Amino acid sequence: MIKKGYWIVAFLLSVALVVGACAPAAPQATPQPTQPPAVTLNVWAAASLNAPFTELAQTFEAAHPGVTVTLNFGGSQQLAQQINEGAPVDVFASANRKQMDVVVEGGRIAADNPVNFVTNRLVVVLPADNPAGLNSLKDLAMPGLKLVLAAAEVPVGAYSLAFLDKAAQDAAFPPGFKEAALANVVSYEQNVKSVLQKVALGEADAGIVYSSDVSGADAARVSQVDIPDALNIIASYPIAPLADSAHPELAKQFIAWVLSSEGQAVLARYGFGAP
Amino acid sequence: MFLFILIPVLALFLRADPAALWAGLQKSEVLQAVRLSLFSSTVTVLITLVIGTPAAYYLAHRHYRFNRLLDTLIDLPTVLPPAVAGVALLMAFGRRGLIGGWLGELGISLPFTTAAVIIAQVFIAAPLYIKSAALGFAQVDCELRKAAALDGADRWQTFIYVILPMAWMSLLSGSVLTWARALGEFGATIIFAGNFPGRTQTMPLAIYVGFELDLNTALALSVVLIGLSFFTLALVKGVLAQWTQPSPEEIYD
Repeated sequence: MIKKGYWIVAFLLSVALVVGACAPAAPQATPQPTQPPAVTLNVWAAASLNAPFTELAQTFEAAHPGVTVTLNFGGSQQLAQQINEGAPVDVFASANRKQMDVVVEGGRIAADNPVNFVTNRLVVVLPADNPAGLNSLKDLAMPGLKLVLAAAEVPVGAYSLAFLDKAAQDAAFPPGFKEAALANVVSYEQNVKSVLQKVALGEADAGIVYSSDVSGADAARVSQVDIPDALNIIASYPIAPLADSAHPELAKQFIAWVLSSEGQAVLARYGFGAP
Repeated sequence: MFLFILIPVLALFLRADPAALWAGLQKSEVLQAVRLSLFSSTVTVLITLVIGTPAAYYLAHRHYRFNRLLDTLIDLPTVLPPAVAGVALLMAFGRRGLIGGWLGELGISLPFTTAAVIIAQVFIAAPLYIKSAALGFAQVDCELRKAAALDGADRWQTFIYVILPMAWMSLLSGSVLTWARALGEFGATIIFAGNFPGRTQTMPLAIYVGFELDLNTALALSVVLIGLSFFTLALVKGVLAQWTQPSPEEIYD
């Protein structure tokens, strides 16, 4: 009963929105027939997508005259909460499946709609001149190395610990690898960006961040040691249109643009991997 | 205005469930943070007394050309956003810093150590003592100093037996302000010293980290921090009030 009622309300609301959006455009139709009606597409995305989505939105707007893409970035958890509170959103891109599922459970995204569009992985970063002479992941346990991790409370910090766990169980790593690496930790930073800063400034010999953090200007300030897939913690980012979007077609087109080879090329430039 | 300050503090205490608070206080990370905070802020006050007192005395008595410039310099850390102070300290004492690079050659590395916590606290909090002490020194009548000199006291004796007894109230209240500010220092510490339990994670840092995951830890530490600050400030104000309560004759003196 409640669910049915909800859908009716949602339907009425979306009708009202569409009608509301179209109504003011009608009297202007005669003087400028070539100008399509102005439409705003609300895209909400995880904070880590800030740079690539800003670029994708610009190219999307260029390809769709009259369309304005309004971007809102924030922690996925926070965005999911706000969407479930009823925020007017057309497309949601989350940094993990968990927060996408929150919105699916909230009833605003159909369960089979989310698709993974990109992955993000952990990478070890070093100051450009590698003062500690670190050559491989095993060297993270090298005595005297200054290692900086994100705090366990931050997702990337939890992932970093999970990576050390995986490595400790791998035959290629010496026994006691995790303990030795943790003994090298000099600071548990509050967020991934300050891990990167401490390494880029040369205060720490190594740190663990997301590959998407090492792009653009930051890429030149640090060198990287890749963590192989088997040991890595790879986060998949899902994207989906909102079920009650005022512009469902446009929302689908935007998602198709993100998934297209051009869109993927943009995301790859900002350090993201293929889905 | 009183309510505006009182309500959030009260809310914090009401929200903290005593049982959870007690459990939170017994966590090793909480105890470590309390111990480190008390230790570092106390050392900060001691260092401030040693290097800040001559600075305050100088500011109060020497009216050279650069006096105003120095006075403004001392004010700088108090108006600087602490995060800026943290970055500045890294640029100076970090491994690649102005002085840090040279220290590194001697085998001394400051960032991520308890020493870095204390440096950050001294940088941020010492000016409060210096300003207060300078004011105290300036209020000592210079005729008294001259009189002491005439009686054959050397500068050191004048300082110990004449100036210090007259200015000690300002020195004490300045020390307490410095201590309290050091206790609450967050921004410069987290940037310059990092965050490592037992080594650089002071109470404010543990509160911040705790807030992300474990509200009980954060609440327990917040209550301790507020309790400590309030108790100390009240105690010192009480002592000061007793000593400085001027008798009516003195007022019209």
